[in-house]
Amino acid sequence: MSTATSSTFELDFERPLIQLENQLAELENHADETGVNINAELRKLRSSHTAMLKKIYGKLSAWNTVKVARHPDRPQSVDYIRMCFKDFCELHGDRRYSDDNAIITGFARVGPYKCMVVAQAKGKDVKERIKCNFGMPHPEGYRKAMLKMKLAEKYNLPIVTLVDTPGAYPGVGAEERGQAEAIAYNLQEMSRLKVPVVSIVIGEGGSGGALGIGVADRVAMLQYAWYSVISPEGCSSILWKTGDKAPEAAEALKITADANKKVGVIDDIIDEPLGGAHRNKELMGDRVQKWIVQNLRELKRFKVENLVSKRYDRLRVIGQYGEE
Amino acid sequence: MAKSTTQTQSAAAKQPQRKWDEVVETGKRTDIPEGLWLRCPNCAAMVYRKSLEQNLHVCPECDHHMRVDADTRARQLCDPDSFEPMWENLVPVDSLNFTDLKAYKDVLASDRKKTGHADALVCGKGFIKGRGVMLACMDFRFRGASMGSVVGEKITRCIEMGIEQNLPVIIASCSGGARMQEGSQSLMQMAKTSAALARLDDAGGLFISLLTDPTTGGVTASFAMLGDVIIAEPKALIGFAGPRVIANTVREELPEGFQRSEHLLAKGFVDRVIHRADLRSEISRIIDYAGK
Ligand SMILES: [Zn+2]
Repeated sequence: MSTATSSTFELDFERPLIQLENQLAELENHADETGVNINAELRKLRSSHTAMLKKIYGKLSAWNTVKVARHPDRPQSVDYIRMCFKDFCELHGDRRYSDDNAIITGFARVGPYKCMVVAQAKGKDVKERIKCNFGMPHPEGYRKAMLKMKLAEKYNLPIVTLVDTPGAYPGVGAEERGQAEAIAYNLQEMSRLKVPVVSIVIGEGGSGGALGIGVADRVAMLQYAWYSVISPEGCSSILWKTGDKAPEAAEALKITADANKKVGVIDDIIDEPLGGAHRNKELMGDRVQKWIVQNLRELKRFKVENLVSKRYDRLRVIGQYGEE
Repeated sequence: MAKSTTQTQSAAAKQPQRKWDEVVETGKRTDIPEGLWLRCPNCAAMVYRKSLEQNLHVCPECDHHMRVDADTRARQLCDPDSFEPMWENLVPVDSLNFTDLKAYKDVLASDRKKTGHADALVCGKGFIKGRGVMLACMDFRFRGASMGSVVGEKITRCIEMGIEQNLPVIIASCSGGARMQEGSQSLMQMAKTSAALARLDDAGGLFISLLTDPTTGGVTASFAMLGDVIIAEPKALIGFAGPRVIANTVREELPEGFQRSEHLLAKGFVDRVIHRADLRSEISRIIDYAGK
């Protein structure tokens, strides 16, 4: 078992954990080099490491959840495409303006099924991040997504979307090319696609930018993903009139997977490995794949009319109000 | 009157643009009887309230389209006394127990007192030049006409009734976006209303979206941009992100007229920019062309 993380990035609340992990790694190395038997000591350290993980991750605050969701080592769409799907056949472009690298689309196989993958990409190093615009799609990204979803519909292929965006890009070009229209159109069209659609928020579910590929028959969130109407920072600056109340805003917005499940915004929570998806990507990949296959299996049994009307009914009941 | 207008105009040129309600307060501080005369936020002309109302809240001096509340909007669009509000019994709930600088419960109560409405949307049945319609009007005075569960639910019911009774659906939008205080449930109202519009579309129905100043955020990115015909009032601010957010992101000055109705018309995102005085006749014409 490898306990040390490869990254030099540290979440503030993980600092004691990472110290322990470094200590463990050192000890393991030392044991390998010298052949000295220190198993007892290792066991002790490992169990206190596990205990610390459980303690920290057992009661993660909303704001710390956001930090985990944004962890640079957290698996991204490209990782899930590699881990959960086979034979990925990427398809580019919206045929109208350009190819938005913040959204990846293509045919793929998942378990026994052929499908269409539509996934938001953030990029891993500086160069990739710039290419992906830090995961913030332009209108052409949403139009590319819809074009490929319609292609899937034509060939009766189910659709799998992976959501991971801080939000749709708020720029001059994005506005002039109809960011609002592009998202609105996707909401309308996704609601009546005649094939199964499943969606997973794998990291950040930033508002309309996330929902623009997130209307589905079944929606799941990873345990430490966040999903809300606005980013905690945006909410802080509008409602608290300062940028530094993001932790309070995260709490107030109820952005966690648990809170979203409680109000019916999502259907399932996919548990993350102890200490978050960044500690064990392959295990996370397995669980995500299992969820996709299981839900596609169930949804494939529905008649098309039932599928579409159930998708409507699912949305129709979201939102609480009183009657006087 | 004309003379004094010119004077105030030149004086106003130096003043920053102000919002309508702030202007009313200014009136209080000087000796002008409260509410009798109003100052145009665009050209600063002093306009007699009665004549402004007769002019559909469009400034007679500079043609500026003032913001109007939902009741006024419905009255202006519909034949006299023909509008019947529906689902007025739906009230917002503070399901997240949300508190920022103020408690959501408290701002809901104060906005209700201010507007006489439980939430930011008035909708129901009415007639426009004798044509029956489902009409929904957003009220910017209530939480910036943000869309929470009540607004989303009423819009959805409006659309569903339009399908059942084969009536055109008209939504006069103005909004700051989805309502933050109801969290992701507000976000889902975007999907819910858009899905209802997909059904209206499947049924061959007609949806005329009327965009008024300002329409932004989650409302623009859902039903407001899904009109079969999209009409905007002159010079309305229409966009996904607000201008301040964009300016902060791109760190440059925004182009002249950016995100205004005329700019969206030029970019191909609205069908018509129509003067408020012509809305009734133009909407009727579109309803007739659609054969509704
Ligand atoms: Zn004026």
